[in-house]
Amino acid sequence: MVNTDTIAAIATAMGNSGIGIVRISGDEAIAVADRVFKTKNGKKKLAGEKSHTIHYGFICDGDEIIDEVLVMLMRGPRSFTAEDTVEIDCHGGMLVTRKILETVLKAGARIAEPGEFTKRAFLNGRIDLSQAEAVIDVINSKNEYALRSSVEQLRGSVSKKIKGLREKILYEIAFIESALDDPEHISLDGYRDKLYGVAEEAEKELTKLIRSSSNGRVISEGIKTVILGKPNAGKSSLMNVLVGEDRAIVTDIAGTTRDILEEHISLQGISLNIVDTAGIRNTDDVVEKIGVSRAMDAAEDADLIIYVVDGSRDLDENDRQIMNFIHDRKAVVLLNKSDLEPVVSVEEITEASGHPVIAVSAKEETGIDRLEEEIKSMFYEGEIDFNDQVMITNVRHAKALKEALESIRMVKQSIEEGMPEDFYSIDLMNAYEKLGLIVGESVEDDLVNEIFSKFCMGK
Amino acid sequence: MPCVEETYDIVVVGAGHAGCEAALAAARLGFETIVFTVSVDSIALMPCNPNIGGSSKGHLVRELDALGGEMGKVIDKTFIQSKMLNESKGPAVHSLRAQADKQDYTREMRRVLENTDHLTVRQAEVSEILTEEIVGTVSEERKTSENMVKKRRIIGVKTYSGAVYKCRAVVLATGVYLRARCIYGDVSNPTGPNGLQAANHLTDSLVENGIEMFRFKTGTPARADKRSIDFSKMEEQFGDKRVVPFSFSTDPESVQKEQVSCWLTYTNEKTHEIIRANLDRSPLFSGAIEGTGPRYCPSIEDKVVKFPDKERHQVFVEPEGLYTNEMYLGGMSSSLPEDVQYAMYRTVPGLEHVKIVRNAYAIEYDCINPRQLDASLEFKNIEGLFSGGQFNGSSGYEEAAVQGFMAGVNAARKLQGKEAVILDRSQAYIGVLIDDLVTKENHEPYRMMTSRAEYRLLLRQDNADLRLRKIGYEIGLVTEEQYRYVLWKEKAIEEEVTRLEKKTLGANETVQTFLEKHQSTLLKSGTTMAELIKRPELNYDMLAELDEDRPELPQDVQKQIDINLKYAGYIRRQMQQVAQFKKLENRKLPKNFDYSTVKSLRLEAVQKLNLYQPLNIGQASRISGVSPADISVLMVHLEQMGRK
Repeated sequence: MVNTDTIAAIATAMGNSGIGIVRISGDEAIAVADRVFKTKNGKKKLAGEKSHTIHYGFICDGDEIIDEVLVMLMRGPRSFTAEDTVEIDCHGGMLVTRKILETVLKAGARIAEPGEFTKRAFLNGRIDLSQAEAVIDVINSKNEYALRSSVEQLRGSVSKKIKGLREKILYEIAFIESALDDPEHISLDGYRDKLYGVAEEAEKELTKLIRSSSNGRVISEGIKTVILGKPNAGKSSLMNVLVGEDRAIVTDIAGTTRDILEEHISLQGISLNIVDTAGIRNTDDVVEKIGVSRAMDAAEDADLIIYVVDGSRDLDENDRQIMNFIHDRKAVVLLNKSDLEPVVSVEEITEASGHPVIAVSAKEETGIDRLEEEIKSMFYEGEIDFNDQVMITNVRHAKALKEALESIRMVKQSIEEGMPEDFYSIDLMNAYEKLGLIVGESVEDDLVNEIFSKFCMGK
Repeated sequence: MPCVEETYDIVVVGAGHAGCEAALAAARLGFETIVFTVSVDSIALMPCNPNIGGSSKGHLVRELDALGGEMGKVIDKTFIQSKMLNESKGPAVHSLRAQADKQDYTREMRRVLENTDHLTVRQAEVSEILTEEIVGTVSEERKTSENMVKKRRIIGVKTYSGAVYKCRAVVLATGVYLRARCIYGDVSNPTGPNGLQAANHLTDSLVENGIEMFRFKTGTPARADKRSIDFSKMEEQFGDKRVVPFSFSTDPESVQKEQVSCWLTYTNEKTHEIIRANLDRSPLFSGAIEGTGPRYCPSIEDKVVKFPDKERHQVFVEPEGLYTNEMYLGGMSSSLPEDVQYAMYRTVPGLEHVKIVRNAYAIEYDCINPRQLDASLEFKNIEGLFSGGQFNGSSGYEEAAVQGFMAGVNAARKLQGKEAVILDRSQAYIGVLIDDLVTKENHEPYRMMTSRAEYRLLLRQDNADLRLRKIGYEIGLVTEEQYRYVLWKEKAIEEEVTRLEKKTLGANETVQTFLEKHQSTLLKSGTTMAELIKRPELNYDMLAELDEDRPELPQDVQKQIDINLKYAGYIRRQMQQVAQFKKLENRKLPKNFDYSTVKSLRLEAVQKLNLYQPLNIGQASRISGVSPADISVLMVHLEQMGRK
């Protein structure tokens, strides 16, 4: 067996299932599960239970109960990976499933690399040799997917902040290291106080980043939704209603909305990521200027399209074009301006677009609840698919951010305890590496290059 | 025409720091060994700085000593000042550095070489390596891969005079002598350091054998006459009051002797002005020098150009020995013309009337691209050909010595039919150095740095014996007695740490008084002795008075106990990282494997892997251009092959 460290991941496709499964595998799988799983009387420990048994109880993060679950215990080699494995079946819903995964990670598991369960299963002889190529394909495709979703979707401003932070940290490491390598040329006198200040700054920035990015989720997540409709159909009003102040905006990192041009809303627990092709909240005019074709480009890879029709005007060529476009895509059609005299009938559009039609009035805010119901049922019935890898990536990032923060705190602690300077760079390096995972940069020769470019070394 | 023809087991080319260690190791393991040098008078020459050790380099010397090398013993006999650097910092970065009496050092190493059984010293220039094609032993994997170079085997060397020395293994340690050229201003001498003869022919023979060469450069400052220096304008730099020896087998009392001082002065704006005004006359900036120089020991003109905001640079004035008036002007290496050298040195306080004995110069030389080597330091494509030192693209006496030693040991082991000794990154700085050389793209002379060792908390200079004595014993270069001592030491440390972890102390008056005296927080309840040692303001030694049943232990054992307890948390963390690291290092990859046969590997990874031929998965993962996904694919593929 190659890797026996303990990994965890969500084993079910997210969103389209009533049940979510978090799988843990590795030497410590049972111990990790025992740290988060509590039975009703709180006494039973999985470590003392037989293999292939199911247990009822709760997943807890400290005193907080996260969900009521069934836990399945499988000792290696009689499991998929041939390692000790615990599967946690929860009630589903991506928020809860993710919360459970995060709790498990906090308890000591590492998040699985893409395709890692399959890889382990293969390496441990659980998958037939003839399937080796398929295994490689799984690893490759999952990796590609993960990479794409992690780096490209990283918001501009977050990426900038993290890169800035990494630069600062690297500078400090390079300074310490050059002084260690060349103590007669570079002195660390009085450095502790300076570094303490830098660490405090970094701590503040990381804390802010974690808090403002909804607990460390730094990439856009949710169902990519595009609102289509010709000018004046009421797209922007609809947007305003959906994003209205009474609704929760999931993410509110200052300045980020403008960077990525999207809005996040939580619709009865479902996260919608509404693509705003030109900054919808700026002025109504801008929105109206967007040509239909440009919006359709954005809709090309959307998970869900909301098509807004102006019920008070006759359908024209633009409308037919859109209806044609959405015919084989996941979409909801809104017949807007139901408060005015209708000239277009529901039946007509249903037929042309091939989708259910909901009469709404964005102005009067009527029919919106029906829209919500519709989206919800599409989601739970599995009609809407979305990039669930994004969520995994977010969990990964959140963990990396928190670990970076932890390392920075260790630096402060080491300074407070009067530890020697070479210990600071161990934790600083850790923070640097963790942040690198988020922006997709590895360490390689960064440090040596930084030392030579910033500090004048001896001889 | 009749020519001399002799037969040896092992030939070592070069008798610098790498060559000496290689030759000694090979001969001491019982192999008839001959070591060639262009000048017997320059065995173990120190043509640049007059010191051994320094940050992380001191570690290398200690490691070498633990394995059974010679450098540490020789410097212990010939040093004239010694310092433990970084003493105010953590134990991992404490590092010994000694000023050597250069001539004494050379003489002592020469004495050792000349008095080692099975070792012949020969003055001659080796101009060719002799190889033959290997037939009939090509492995199965290799047959399937057509892009591999045909493997050859070493059968001997030929000198410039035509003499042939047949042998079964060769260690190349040519240092900076291959097609060497010494340069300052528009003067360019085709010699090695100090006017010593360059080796101008061997490169051609290496290229003919398919070896890829690099051209590197380095430099050295001027040497000045002590009588022309005004030391009253400089700060005196003393050695340590209590000197710690390099070698684990040196009696610490034997190194407590009178030491000489070094001196510190600084350049100034005037110096920099002169340099800037004459940059166009520097061969570095005019393009006359083509070789790649090291970034960590830049010339003074490099420093002035790269760091224009720095108002002054340090200049360390160090004695070259007790026998001579020559002083080394550390920090001011240069390849500027002679007249500019005079002008710039004379701007420095204390050097106003300096007389130069030897000019500063840059030196250019041929070396190899080290990725052609296995981690055993054997060439991948030429069986029995090993190499070490600056020839491998490194820099520094210590870096050279450890490579020479490993190359010599592995050449001998090859003849013994034993597996090569390869130290990994978690075992020694030597492992880090060699792994970096053979797996990373190297574009400048490689210098050891403490930041290159990711597990440096475990790779301390104080525990080099605990890490490596056993390996040295297994090789056959460490005595039974030395080996037994380390076994005892290990046990003694473990037992004492366990005792201290169990030994409880109550919050009684004696204890509280003790703590108060040492300004340490008073106890609220009982604790263990180990917990108290962990406090920054306390240590093992201080707590002796509260510890009535403490066994009597030697200093070096006490030190280990202190460190093991004080930094336990960090040490444990690094040990966990090492455990992870080892898993990948233990997954061996086939030799001479054609990676284009692995489906789904990305093209870049295939190319890099084919080029480097890593020994194991861990090494593969460190090659730039090989992604974690490639590693996964590789592991699946290996498993697939294993099951077939």
